[in-house]
Order: sequence, then structure tokens, then C-alpha cells
Amino acid sequence: MAKTIAQEFKKGLWDEIPPFRLVLGLCPVLAVTTTVENGIGMGLATTFVLVCANMLVSLLRNVIPPKIRVPCFIIIIATFVILVELLMQAFAYGLFLNLGIFIPLIVVNCVVLGRAEAFASKNKFLPSLADGLGIGIGFTLSLGVLGAVRESLGNGTLFDYPVFGPNFQPFEFMVQAPGAFVALGLLLCIMNILGKK
Amino acid sequence: MREMVKMVITLTVLAAFSGGLLSAVKGSTSDRIEQAILEYVQGPAILSIMEGVSNDPITDRFTIEINGEDKNFFVGKFDGVPKLVAFEARASGYGGEMGVMVGVNMETGQIHGVGVTTHSETPGVGSRAETDIRFKTSFVGLPVTDEDKVRIQNDGGAIANIGGATITARAVALAVSRAGSLYKEYESQIKTKAETFSG
Repeated sequence: MAKTIAQEFKKGLWDEIPPFRLVLGLCPVLAVTTTVENGIGMGLATTFVLVCANMLVSLLRNVIPPKIRVPCFIIIIATFVILVELLMQAFAYGLFLNLGIFIPLIVVNCVVLGRAEAFASKNKFLPSLADGLGIGIGFTLSLGVLGAVRESLGNGTLFDYPVFGPNFQPFEFMVQAPGAFVALGLLLCIMNILGKK
Repeated sequence: MREMVKMVITLTVLAAFSGGLLSAVKGSTSDRIEQAILEYVQGPAILSIMEGVSNDPITDRFTIEINGEDKNFFVGKFDGVPKLVAFEARASGYGGEMGVMVGVNMETGQIHGVGVTTHSETPGVGSRAETDIRFKTSFVGLPVTDEDKVRIQNDGGAIANIGGATITARAVALAVSRAGSLYKEYESQIKTKAETFSG
């Protein structure tokens, strides 16, 4: 029995939320989540690529010869990534400066290629759209949450507004690379406790 | 054989379509991107040099072709009269090429201010060229074309050194003196073009 479109959408938000449940696509997750803004910006860029690539792959799934499906997927994904990069340079250059190299690296984000290969190439248009949106929003939420934890503890701010008052001593470890692993590990731990019931 | 042909055609069509789409988008966003880069990369330096001007120097800019390249000049106006012009000059610092924005008062030919735009100097050492007030203000008021004065004190000039970052300080001074010789060479052109912004 095939799942409904709503179920395809919902699974990305909890059951298969990419960085926490599948522990996939960790490179941007760890690298850019020093602030909430960067995390959400990166998440939205990835969501755009994911949704567009999923739709196109699903539409072309009967045209693309199986032997060269991966090169075809990569072309499709790379096209949308460059599109995002150009648009971000034009309309959100500050964010582009913060995310830098990690925007072009969406091409090799295994969440994006993974959804194209495992889902969109085997499913119809609407379920693929729902799948892309769900996974993308899940990815954005995870990056936002991780960014919020790291920015608030490591810098004492959220969206650049101070949250703990003037006497707060920032725990700078959290915005450095090792802090990313610790924060992710703790969030995974919380997710597992909540999921156990 | 037929399968082979089909694979080649699919990939070619896909790649051609993708290339066409991207070049269309690139064409339509390139102006916006240029403006954004000016605002974010050179903008902070320009605005810090041109404090108190009555216009937006990033919009009021003109270009002069120098050695086959279009160079941007930014105009600063006081009470509607173009008085300042800022442009970028480059020199090699300790960690690589540095970009220095130089603001020149067109009436007196004096330096109005300098600001580092791009650099890859050591954080906390050479990077102080961006922030060190004593270093930056020592440029102000010097005639931009006076090569003997636009040097660090160690080299017999009038520019304050940055402790521990002599190479960086020297590079900034060199960039400014290059800006001076460029200003000397193109002074009349710069003034004519800047005049068109008056009013």
C-alpha cells in the first residue's frame, strides 16, 4: 500500500529527518550552523535544490536511461545549485559571504542525491514534490535548531539579539568545530530519548 | 548501439538545456551581483572614508579604462558639489594581494582617508591595518602624489608603523602611493567625469 502524499511530506519532519535520524549530509550541518541565520539560510538553499531536483527527476524518470541516471541527476542538481548561488549573490550577498564554499558543495550533499536516486526516480510527480519539501523542511529545521543551540551558548545571541543579558559569558567552544560535534551528539541523544517512549 | 545513442542524446540535451538556463540567469543577475559585491566588499571601506557626504557614493560611480580594464571611481559630494573621489589600488602584503580604497580630495589633492577592502593578512597582526586608527589617520591630509611622504616612518616617510606588521603597513603605503601616481596620470579625466555628478 503506497503512502499518501501527506505521509510522504510528514516523514521528513520526524521519522526520517535527515541529519538527526539518518545522520546524512553532515558536512554543511556541522560547518555552517554557527548561527541560526546561517543554518536556516543553508537549509532553505538546500530545500530549494531538493524540491526542484526531485520534481525534475520524477518528471524525467522514464526518459533517463538507467545506466546514466547518476550523471543525469548530477547535471540536474548542479544546475539548481548554481541557480541558487547566483540568486543568493544577487539578493543576499551577506549570507553568501557567510556560507561561502558550502553553497556549491550542495551538489555533493548526499541528502539531495539520495532523495533523487532513492525516491524521485521511482515515484510520481506529486509524491516526489511532497518528499522533497518534507525532507527539505526537516533539514532546515535541524540546521536551525543546531544553529540556535550553538549561537545562544557560544555567542549569547539569537538572530544577533542578546538572549542571556549582559552578564553572560559566551561559551565559545560551541561555535568552534569541536562544539558542532558535541552539540549534534547531544541533540541526537535528546531525539533518541524522545523517540523511545 | 541504439541504447548508446539514446544515452548520448539524453545527456547532451540535458546539459545543453542546463547551460542555456544558467547563462540566461547569469546574464539577468550580473548587474545586481556587481552592485552587491561593491556594497559588501568595497562598500564598508568607501563609507568609512566618505563619512558625512550627502550622496550614496556606491551609486554615484564612474569608470575610466586603465590598461584595458574598467576601473571604478566613487564620487563623494558635499552640498551637491563633488569633492571626493575614491578608488582602489593594490599591493602585495604579507599573506597575498591587498586591496586599499583611497579617498582623495579633488580640490586639494590631499588624502581624505584610506580603508583596506580585501586582504589575507595574519588575523590579529597584519589584519590590524583595517582597524588601527593611528595608522589610518597618519595618511589623512598628505598630498596623494607625494611619494616621499606616503611611506612608513621606517622608510623615511610620514606613515605610522603597525607594530609587528611592517610588511603589511609598507604594502598599504605602497598601494596608496600607486593610487597617487594613478591619480596624477588621470587627474583631468577624473575631475571631468566627477563634475558630471554635480547638482
